[in-house]
Amino acid sequence: MKSLKLALAASAAVIAGFAASGAAAQEDVKACFVYVGSATDGGWTQAHDIARQQLEDTLGIETAYIENVPEGPDAERAIERMARSGCTIVFTTSFGFMEPTLKVAAKYPDVKFEHATGYKTADNVATYNSRFYEGRYISGVIAGSISESGIGGYIGSFPIPEVVMGIDAFQLGAQSVNPDFTTKVVWANTWFDPGREADAAKALIDQGVDVLAQHTDTTAPMQIAAERGIKAFGQASDMIEAGPETQLTAILDTWAPYYVKRVKAVQDGTWTSEQSWDGLKDGILSMAPYTNMPDDVKALAEETEAKIISGELKPFTGPVTLQDGTPWLAEGETADDGTLLGLNVLVEGVDGTIPSSE
Amino acid sequence: MIVEAILLTVITASTPLVLAAIGELVCERAGVLNLGVEGMMVMGAVGAFATAHATGSPYLGMLAGLATGAVFSLLFGFLTLTLVANQVATGLALTILGQGLSAMIGESLVGRAGIKMPALDIPVLSDIPFIGPLLFDQDLFFYLSIAIVAGTSWFLFKTRKGLVLRAVGDSHSSAHALGINVIGIRYLAVMFGGACAGLAGAQLSLVYTPQWTENMAAGRGWIALALVVFASWRPWGVLLGGYLFGAVTIGQLHAQAFGIAIPSQFLSALPYVVTILVLVIISQNRRMTLINTPAALGKPFVPDR
Repeated sequence: MKSLKLALAASAAVIAGFAASGAAAQEDVKACFVYVGSATDGGWTQAHDIARQQLEDTLGIETAYIENVPEGPDAERAIERMARSGCTIVFTTSFGFMEPTLKVAAKYPDVKFEHATGYKTADNVATYNSRFYEGRYISGVIAGSISESGIGGYIGSFPIPEVVMGIDAFQLGAQSVNPDFTTKVVWANTWFDPGREADAAKALIDQGVDVLAQHTDTTAPMQIAAERGIKAFGQASDMIEAGPETQLTAILDTWAPYYVKRVKAVQDGTWTSEQSWDGLKDGILSMAPYTNMPDDVKALAEETEAKIISGELKPFTGPVTLQDGTPWLAEGETADDGTLLGLNVLVEGVDGTIPSSE
Repeated sequence: MIVEAILLTVITASTPLVLAAIGELVCERAGVLNLGVEGMMVMGAVGAFATAHATGSPYLGMLAGLATGAVFSLLFGFLTLTLVANQVATGLALTILGQGLSAMIGESLVGRAGIKMPALDIPVLSDIPFIGPLLFDQDLFFYLSIAIVAGTSWFLFKTRKGLVLRAVGDSHSSAHALGINVIGIRYLAVMFGGACAGLAGAQLSLVYTPQWTENMAAGRGWIALALVVFASWRPWGVLLGGYLFGAVTIGQLHAQAFGIAIPSQFLSALPYVVTILVLVIISQNRRMTLINTPAALGKPFVPDR
């Protein structure tokens, strides 16, 4: 966690440089946050809270937050409390806050709302998300390069488009260097259960996987990978401490640039409701240092990252074939955002299924 | 070998369930229903992790986990036995309190490197092919879980004190009339339950996943509670149930990795489905159920003077 904070501090310093020029900002903006988990959960919510602190340091504004707000009826009360307590802009940071955010927003038209990972907007409600799949693609490129068995493992949480997108991007990345690569998928049906995540990791490793990606929140899979001597990717925060010899890289949630941008827009009076889906180029996600891999693989990973940032490489670009052999994307065709946000198909080479709820 | 690998994973996954359930079994046999197992487990987990982290010794960590669970359960004992508060409500409160308190205590421990308890290799026996590495090259928690189940079975059904404990759980008024210290025995049973739950929590943070994360018991305390009913309050039934549950849980993960196309939600629900099925089968034998269910379970006791 310390190295994460260092990395974030470094990026905050860069942002601070930008901010200094606009130091004459108004003082009366108050940014508030509603968290689903604890501000020190070591994962999703902590990443938002670190970004909140950076926002405070960068713009010198007042912020406030409520943590551990369950998704459901209570959320509305919590969001309303924020809206009533003089907040100018309220960030609600969990998918399940979508309806409550819209409801409260309708009652407080003068307050701006920003809902993370959702898809419904209103005049004073914007949505924002991060193109995590770009990081997954880079992970895939690394996995395809270093795997000796040619089999990677992917611990899924729930079969939602976000996770399916991650699996596909990982496989496409791996395929780009090793066409025979397969990704074995195990659904843990949880975001957060160290024991179950560890069990899933063990099951995958016992079945011949030699590089492991996780789409769940604890460091348990990283620990198991370290114990069994294989390589793995961290999730949401830098997990290098759980596997100093194991972690190849990690996809880091760095929301600060977005928060700073949006709060400044409120200060300047230029804020409008929009659906933002930023990626690596915007700094909303970043990669932890590339470690525990040969130099040529590291170079390839860095090159891939640079190409994604420049827009030269888009992970979901044809030719892509689906798992059942049907063609999906034609040569040169790129999947549009709408398709990706509702993605429910796996690509060729993925060894697993999307559990249907029918 | 894949079968052996699967079984090793099953043992690690089942041990905390068995430990927590056997403690609760003794508590319920004395007539006290403590729904705070989940809370006592996370308290044990944080106590064990913090101590192991501070001292560098997983064994001291284990003892601390055990002690934390036992001390924490005293709160439940005081409220329900001395103040005669409602057991169900108090148990639920204990779980919520345990989750919050452990998160607060463990705040600075999140992300810290854990200390894994090493396996204790039993000479000669561990060289037996297949069985050796499975049963005789395990950590202390595994050996303890088996020993506690065997010891509890012996204590409850082969000793006079065990008979007294069961009598307290079946009819506290009669036991009181016979001059038995009902409240005292229930306090001990509650503490035993707390110690076992703490031990189960320590297994989580020292063996299963050597780390501390908030709410890391993730519902295992509730499964342990169900296992006691599943076992119809018989110690060896807890062992069987714990391993059955662990086997189905791990089996479904492997089935997915093998590419068996069964909806994973169904597979995840399977352990619970199996539990319900077994409960249905057991309930066919009314006599057995009646004999084993502690008749005074959950009922408050106020000694008349």
